[in-house]
Amino acid sequence: MDMSDMPQTKKLKLVMVGNGMAGVRTVEELLKLNPDLYDITVFGNEPHPNYNRIMLSPVLAGEQTIEQIITHPREWYAENGITLHTGKKVVKIDRQKRFVETEDGTRADYDRLLVATGSTPFILPIPGADLPGVIGFRDISDVEAMIEASGQYKNAVVIGGGLLGLEAANGFKIRGMDVSVVHIAPWLLERQLDEPAARLLQSNLETKGLKFLLQKQTAELVKGESGRVCAVRFKDGETVPADIVVMAVGIRPNTTLAESAGLHCDRGIRVNDTLQTVTDPRIYAIGECVNHRGIAYGLVAPLFEQAKVCANHLAQYGIARYEGSMTSTKLKVTGIDLFSAGNFTGGDDFEEIVFQDAGRGSYKKLTLKDNKLAGAVLYGDTLDGAWYFELMRDGTDVADIRDKLLFGRSHLGDSGHGDEKTRVMSLPDNAEICGCNGVCKGTIVQAIVAKKLFTLDEVRSHTKASSSCGSCTGLVETLLSATVGGDYSTAPSKKPMCGCTDHTHDEVRAAITANSLKSMPETMRFLDWKTPDGCTKCRPALNYYLLCAWPTEYEDDAQSRYINERAHGNIQKDGTFSVVPRMWGGLTNPKELRAIADVAEKFKVPEMKVTGGQRIDLFGIKKEDLPAMWADLSAAGFVSGHAYGKALRTVKTCVGSQWCRFGTQDSTGLGVKLEQMTWGSWMPHKYKLAVSGCPRNCAEATIKDFGVVCVDSGYELHVGGNGGIKVRVTDLLCKVETEEQVMEYCAAFTQLYREEAHYLERTAPWVERVGLAHIKSRVVEDEANRKMLAERFLISQKPAQIDPWKARAEGVASWEFKPLAEIA
Amino acid sequence: MTKDEPWLTVGRLEDIPKQGSRVIAAPGGNIAVFRTVDNEVFALRDKCPHKGGPLSQGIVHGKKVACPLHDWKIQLDTGIAVAPDEGCAASFPVRVVDGVVELSLTPNTGCPNH
Repeated sequence: MDMSDMPQTKKLKLVMVGNGMAGVRTVEELLKLNPDLYDITVFGNEPHPNYNRIMLSPVLAGEQTIEQIITHPREWYAENGITLHTGKKVVKIDRQKRFVETEDGTRADYDRLLVATGSTPFILPIPGADLPGVIGFRDISDVEAMIEASGQYKNAVVIGGGLLGLEAANGFKIRGMDVSVVHIAPWLLERQLDEPAARLLQSNLETKGLKFLLQKQTAELVKGESGRVCAVRFKDGETVPADIVVMAVGIRPNTTLAESAGLHCDRGIRVNDTLQTVTDPRIYAIGECVNHRGIAYGLVAPLFEQAKVCANHLAQYGIARYEGSMTSTKLKVTGIDLFSAGNFTGGDDFEEIVFQDAGRGSYKKLTLKDNKLAGAVLYGDTLDGAWYFELMRDGTDVADIRDKLLFGRSHLGDSGHGDEKTRVMSLPDNAEICGCNGVCKGTIVQAIVAKKLFTLDEVRSHTKASSSCGSCTGLVETLLSATVGGDYSTAPSKKPMCGCTDHTHDEVRAAITANSLKSMPETMRFLDWKTPDGCTKCRPALNYYLLCAWPTEYEDDAQSRYINERAHGNIQKDGTFSVVPRMWGGLTNPKELRAIADVAEKFKVPEMKVTGGQRIDLFGIKKEDLPAMWADLSAAGFVSGHAYGKALRTVKTCVGSQWCRFGTQDSTGLGVKLEQMTWGSWMPHKYKLAVSGCPRNCAEATIKDFGVVCVDSGYELHVGGNGGIKVRVTDLLCKVETEEQVMEYCAAFTQLYREEAHYLERTAPWVERVGLAHIKSRVVEDEANRKMLAERFLISQKPAQIDPWKARAEGVASWEFKPLAEIA
Repeated sequence: MTKDEPWLTVGRLEDIPKQGSRVIAAPGGNIAVFRTVDNEVFALRDKCPHKGGPLSQGIVHGKKVACPLHDWKIQLDTGIAVAPDEGCAASFPVRVVDGVVELSLTPNTGCPNH
């Protein structure tokens, strides 16, 4: 093609100062959103392309090499058309003429400037701080100096008993040096740990051979005969020998350049929620050099969140905001498991739950405020760190699980994976992690390392692990965090619905109601969907959310439904379908059974089976036969059983007081009434009911989404249970006295679930996410709200209770079941 | 229609739902004809390279279809599975002339799974 005929639009110029993790992540996100908007130039002080700074500790410890931690080789910059200047220090920003200039006079003009200058180690202002052999622990050159020293000298001193200091000390020890850690506070990691956990950590590190000098203030670094540092002298007069001293007492945002350009700095470059500097909106700043709402973050997870928002604005989308992050901590010292997050020191309004087993080297402390998890310190067993972090992030009401909270997410152990003592990382490589797809631990770990995978989604697409039923997600996440390093394990504070959007499920639902969005294209437009027509994750979800929000107006989009819901049958592995007619409350009679038998013979049904939901399944039906079969079933009085849908499935009942000598109420009759009220409703996921006539509970009501257990004095209502992959027993919602109340509570609970759960979230995880207390407050304690919920459910049921089988038997969507053409 | 005419008329564009598919029953097995949200039309052998699932029954999004059995994503223009999955479904020449969809039964080269 002759480009000279094309209109030439000039690209904007983006210059980035700093070539570290946060900055490069911003560029990466930007290229995903709008790859052609900018000509990009990057300046980096260091001679290397971008590398994973977090992994410097494993490099020092000899567990990884520098090549292994390079995340973006020079080819990446070239492939993306980025001009990269390494080893060049930018010394000037001219904001009037809009260019930057380096020490050696290299200039680059900009339309947008991104300052990502990071931080520098804080060097104590003491005599001798500038001696040879005194360094920080920040970049590859520091690590090279440390490795070199370990080959020549004996004594290392690390000043600072924080995360970085301990990782440095551990590295020196592994490389054979005598190491002392000097720390001013009474215990190690005083910002991440409380005293008991820190003592456990200290004794563990002491057994590895590290020495600790606590509550010591360094007065001077002493110069040796060679001119190099030779000792550290403390205020109390004591000295220790030192051939190399690492200062790890903190970091300082690198703001010299920004300040010289007149950008407002105050413990970091001040930025707003869109990561623009408060002084000059053309200039963005991100990473450790930044002060956002008074906080300068030093961990990678929040910086990556900043990167996402910053990229969104640079790409001119302008919809994201950064509102701060909650952070968690892990120590990367092999063999030591430590996790902390949130406010774990507590205070007057806080409650503490503590578990301590010094013999096993295990310590757990959780702090609670207003029935919500506020902080966690874990030492020794950190497997549940991610879960606690999630509970904190989601603000889950934990009142009802308080007694079990310390023992962790009990179902992580998982069916087929043994008891909870089975620890993921000690599993052999051939241990099967994903039972659905037969993926072993070794395969997953290898893929993570070889393909440099960082996210759960990447692991899913490369290995298929956790991509089917999802029950092994916790195990895969544990493998991921253990393999790539702790900081990546911190879940982002917002989980987008899918790759098509940055919005969460909750944000999308809120936008649909708040802005009266009534169609899918309208919703995608309004929320700046990144793909033209979504994907298999978001389309079914949006279809459901719109249907739930506008039950009487929204026109269902069949093409956004999975085939089962489009064809109103369950697709089987050979492409045929199964058909399950509804049997109200599991009741049947000779006429119905005869009709089913006739249909089965007429259509030569190869197999029939009684289902777990008390009805009859007919297998192996050709798609083109479905409407004719439904016509016969419909004529016999049957409607669809919705066994194929994210919908009300069955209401299982026992025989109850009518026949059973133990029955206390008419459980069968009540089941039929409940099924007549709820059938046809679309749900976030499948939804099952049961009614048992007495506490013997023959209908298994305590593993259903909504279960009723009849007792002599009334009805116990149970919610949030399911059988299946992870069996979960229901929680008791409340007890009521009449059938009318059962109906009202059932409608209200069902509608609350329909309105609040995320698509494909069953009641069990939903109840765990929002907390039973929340559900009680909306359904049990607030009568007016209960009545409104129930009313909304009944309104939405009017258009929903049109039998889809009968409609199709009469010709609706007939093309769906016929070939377009037959070629002989 | 004689044998030297490669294009077979199979129906009208409007008979295929947007973001959907219809099946052509052909001697060598079913062929799925897809219509995207932008009214582009593609034809693939109605058989997923993974376990033979009927691609015509999948959700069409962008220029891809998701197999209803195990959610493999197949590119409509080439029939090739989206990485990291590997495999292909044969693709067939298809065109729309005045609203009429025409199909050739001679598959495009590049995929052995006819």
